Amino acid sequence: MAESALSRTPLHKLHLELGAKMVPFAGYDMPVQYPSGILAEHLQTRSQAGLFDVSHMGQLRLTAKSGGPTPAVALERVVTSDIAGLAPGRMRYALFTNGAGGILDDLMVTNTGDHLILVVNAACKEADEAHLRAHIGAEVVIENLAARALLALQGPAAEAALARLVPACRALRFMQSAFWSIEGARCFVTRSGYTGEDGFEISVPGEAADGLARRLLGMPEVKPVGLGARDSLRLEAGLCLYGHDIDETTTPIEAGLAWSIGERRRREGGFPGAAVIQRQLREGTQRRRIGILPEGRQPAREHTEIQNPAGGKVGEITSGGFGPSLNGPLAMGYAETAVAAPGHALNLIVRGKPLPAKVVALPFVKTNYKR
Amino acid sequence: MSVLKYTEDHEWIRLDGDVATVGITPYAQEQLGDVVFVELPEVGRKAEQRKEIAVVESVKAASEIFAPVSGEVVEVNKALPEQPATVNSDPLGAGWFFKLRIADKSQLDKLMDEAAYKAFVEGQH
Repeated sequence: MAESALSRTPLHKLHLELGAKMVPFAGYDMPVQYPSGILAEHLQTRSQAGLFDVSHMGQLRLTAKSGGPTPAVALERVVTSDIAGLAPGRMRYALFTNGAGGILDDLMVTNTGDHLILVVNAACKEADEAHLRAHIGAEVVIENLAARALLALQGPAAEAALARLVPACRALRFMQSAFWSIEGARCFVTRSGYTGEDGFEISVPGEAADGLARRLLGMPEVKPVGLGARDSLRLEAGLCLYGHDIDETTTPIEAGLAWSIGERRRREGGFPGAAVIQRQLREGTQRRRIGILPEGRQPAREHTEIQNPAGGKVGEITSGGFGPSLNGPLAMGYAETAVAAPGHALNLIVRGKPLPAKVVALPFVKTNYKR
Repeated sequence: MSVLKYTEDHEWIRLDGDVATVGITPYAQEQLGDVVFVELPEVGRKAEQRKEIAVVESVKAASEIFAPVSGEVVEVNKALPEQPATVNSDPLGAGWFFKLRIADKSQLDKLMDEAAYKAFVEGQH
């Protein structure tokens, strides 16, 4: 894609000022790293706090129409999670599925009391909005909050940093939300993230994003972190990346995301692919998403073949690299269920040679959420 | 007297006598980012010009190192697999990869000198 065709977030100028290395990502010109580099940015987030620009992600608002169903009831027709049971001020992970039980996207859903706010992946946001309009557009008002930026402040010092601007943030717990005025701008804040660390995602009006980011970056705990470290952080936390670890060909059960469906939805169904997913819940699946720890120092990347010790192909890596906090290589992938239990020995075929590895439980690095 | 040349794969090669030291350029290490893994050839291996001879991996990507010229591997930087970040901190010095006894010195003549490489890098932007 030509550079001129790339979209820019409200923080684009700031990224350039900070010396970021910019790359095309999901149609946006985004910072993959700043001059300190991915290793330092990753470790900064685990030890202090990192500020991420995730404004490329989609933010959508669903509101009831007069005489229509609640947004929660409507949304449940296209996602697997229990949304009707989501209390006001709470956030939940959800999946859009297709008729075969494949995953169209993963998203976060927050019940703000009078409406729902959805945060969806950048690469899927247009398709997601079209999907919503096609299936529930007649029943609820769907608004694209494209004028808002999204900042993620992540790490053990995130609370101390944000509390300088909003002392009330200390009371928020993991997967809770609140509307606050921050530096004069009306923000929507959730205690959530994609790093395995405590932290916040702050939805801020686009015109106020630069000022808020600069204010946070002026604090001693906070440094800018790019998409490179965002990827290594989420991989260590065992979190799926859409288009890699989950996609239309993987079901929530194969992906190990059955926990996100909820007891009532498992029983009642009523979402696309429910028959397939309910059958897989009863009977199991042929393959499973697994965590993989290669021996030694050599990383094994996406699409690396996974073999059993006898040399038969049993799966493929979907995300793989180097974990700075783990200080070693790590990967996720899919393997036949027979070899998917932690402890199984596998070989990863890297440049034609078998690299010994074993299946491990996820996450690789202990998560640090404030529950 | 040593001769320093560069390849289009962003490697440098410095000839002293008939043994040449090979590494990657500052531009290459910056493009790669934090190096976390290096795989070196075995001493005694015959290297063929432009064929893969070593591997360097950063947090985000894997990259092959090609033999800039043909020759025999006579020494490798044993410290590098233990301290791969040296490739970032000192690419032209302690971050060297291996040494080759060169078979045909005329292959060096076709590589870029410093000025030509500098122009080549500027052309990459």
